[in-house]
Amino acid sequence: MNIHEYQSKAILKRYGVPVPNGKPAFSVEEAVTVAQELNSPVMVVKAQIHAGGRGKAGGVKIAKNLDEVKTYAAELLGKILVTHQTGAEGKKVNRLLIEEGSNIKKEYYLSFVIDRTTARVVMMGSEEGGVEIEKVAAESPEKIFREYIDPAVGLMPFQATRIAYKMNFPAAAIRKASAFILKLYNVFIGEDCSQVEINPLVVTAEDNVIALDAKLNFDDSALFRHPNIEDLRDESEEDVKERTAAKEGLSYVNLGGNVACMVNGAGLAMATVDILKHYGGSPANFLDVGGDSTPEKIAIAFKIMLDGGQAKGIFVNIFGGINRCDAVAGGIVEAAKIISADGKSLPVPVVVRLEGTNVELGRQILKDSPIKNVIMAETMEGGAKEIVRLVNQAN
Amino acid sequence: MSILVNKDTKVIVQGITGKQATFHTKQMLAYGTKIVGGVTPGKAGQIVEGVPVFNTVADAVQATGATASVIYVPARFAADSIMEGVDAGLDLVVCITEHIPVLDMVKVRRYMEGKKTRLIGPNCPGIMTTGECKLGIIPGNVQTKGHVGLVSRSGTLTYEAAFQLMNAGIGISTSLGIGGDPVKGMDFIDALELFKNDEETLAVLMIGEIGGTAEEDAAKWISANMPNKPVTAFIAGRQAPPGKRMGHAGAIISGGKGTAADKIKALNSVGIEVADTVAHIGETVVATLKRAGIYEKCYAKN
Repeated sequence: MNIHEYQSKAILKRYGVPVPNGKPAFSVEEAVTVAQELNSPVMVVKAQIHAGGRGKAGGVKIAKNLDEVKTYAAELLGKILVTHQTGAEGKKVNRLLIEEGSNIKKEYYLSFVIDRTTARVVMMGSEEGGVEIEKVAAESPEKIFREYIDPAVGLMPFQATRIAYKMNFPAAAIRKASAFILKLYNVFIGEDCSQVEINPLVVTAEDNVIALDAKLNFDDSALFRHPNIEDLRDESEEDVKERTAAKEGLSYVNLGGNVACMVNGAGLAMATVDILKHYGGSPANFLDVGGDSTPEKIAIAFKIMLDGGQAKGIFVNIFGGINRCDAVAGGIVEAAKIISADGKSLPVPVVVRLEGTNVELGRQILKDSPIKNVIMAETMEGGAKEIVRLVNQAN
Repeated sequence: MSILVNKDTKVIVQGITGKQATFHTKQMLAYGTKIVGGVTPGKAGQIVEGVPVFNTVADAVQATGATASVIYVPARFAADSIMEGVDAGLDLVVCITEHIPVLDMVKVRRYMEGKKTRLIGPNCPGIMTTGECKLGIIPGNVQTKGHVGLVSRSGTLTYEAAFQLMNAGIGISTSLGIGGDPVKGMDFIDALELFKNDEETLAVLMIGEIGGTAEEDAAKWISANMPNKPVTAFIAGRQAPPGKRMGHAGAIISGGKGTAADKIKALNSVGIEVADTVAHIGETVVATLKRAGIYEKCYAKN
């Protein structure tokens, strides 16, 4: 789960990590009020969207007075911001962060992530701050330093100091940098983060160490122990279909195309998207309905795929293991009844590939059903080709 | 021979009184698995599917001599259950549970250091040695006895692949799903090492997906260590967009790393053929076996 920069900074502040003074604003008036309270000679107006690269895209403005704050706030609110992370369609700015300006001496990079290979939290730091870290990693990997953290004792002060020296902080800021790093690790552990990234972390002219930007991602599996984090969710930042699916316990990712698929199991669902593309289709989505789906759940899945006219055809790819094919087929028939106007028809062709336990029974149920537009496929390959052919024919 | 489990392996079920666990205990027993006990705190003395229940893993191990366990405990308690199994000195712990917090698994991996227990999972379908023993949720009717070892990050793709092999007349020695989480127990290389030393296994099918670099690491390891057993592969997620989790917690392309294209390239570069679509896994294995001259040995259809 992602949250906004201003929300991340509020969490950092709670853990004693220094951040610039600032507050969110949802309107131009609010932006001016916040700026008045800040009473700073230089202020920063920052667009709040769930994507990086805002600075380059014009989403961060420096204001010298209240009038400029007002102008920039009016300009940014409602604007569609296109960054290298948003895709061509961009993201609409609904919130701003108004912050006091910092007197930046130098920018650095600092992050914590999970390292799969060592099964440990790894801290990464670099003197190359304020730029894309992927670029640094590709061009000059020797400029990125790492410390692997033993979960039994946590991040040790010597590790924080060691990386601070390697990152080449000025002597006067070493102690502050080390303290900053230790507190930031507490955020990662305390809030069950999957990533904490400070880019840039800055040393000011006064040799203070401050998080100028902050990006926190959270482990979805640990949200049960952080209800306060769940409350920070901004649904306007999420795909409507993905959000609806998540609420129903379905795993759905919108891929933007017109050939939808409904599959049991994440691996088979990914592979089904791939095979649709392989045969010339434009996949609409990834959708894992799980193994033991009820007709109601399958009906919801169909509704999500069809919503807004996105799906021009649906490929149902089920491997019945312990969950029998006849039960799944029954579920599809019931689901079709729920979503069709007359209990007999579906708005787009549905090709069903069933395999595994009780497959003959399952196929018979679909053959006997009154639902039109449901086509049985003998093989996965045949089914994938057939749905792509039907959708392309209709267009 | 086979890897990790066979007809003599004594197994306990952690969380046996739960609905899923009870259902699968019945399935595992029907397959022939030697389930000797179950564990649910506070339920000692009960009998589930003919199996005695104990309060702790230590009690169950002492009373039954079990050496392996399978865990169906809810996510928030599952990491603790794994550590209880490790503490009891089990050789093998299989954790089926999905959605365990990653930092809990980081602690588990630390706790396992220096201990003898092997962990499969979490978020996995388990392990099955054909006709002898299954721990987990793999359907019993999708694989026939044979000489291909199967290791996969995905549950349904394990069954799908096993089924395609069965239809092609190719049998399986042991199949195991290592799970879709970023921090887990055994990885591809751990499984490959066991298959390498297993006389019954003559070839390996490896099913990977986007996220991490385990497939690339495995490619390097195979090239350096396993010249005599041909490997076939499949990678799911060629069309996955970066930054999106594709169902599994570990299936995500981040910072440009973990793409299917990278993995396929790494595997191809050491001579491993990767099936072009999920529908062609079976025939790609057959082609690999024929090239290696062991198709006749692996053909198991009656």
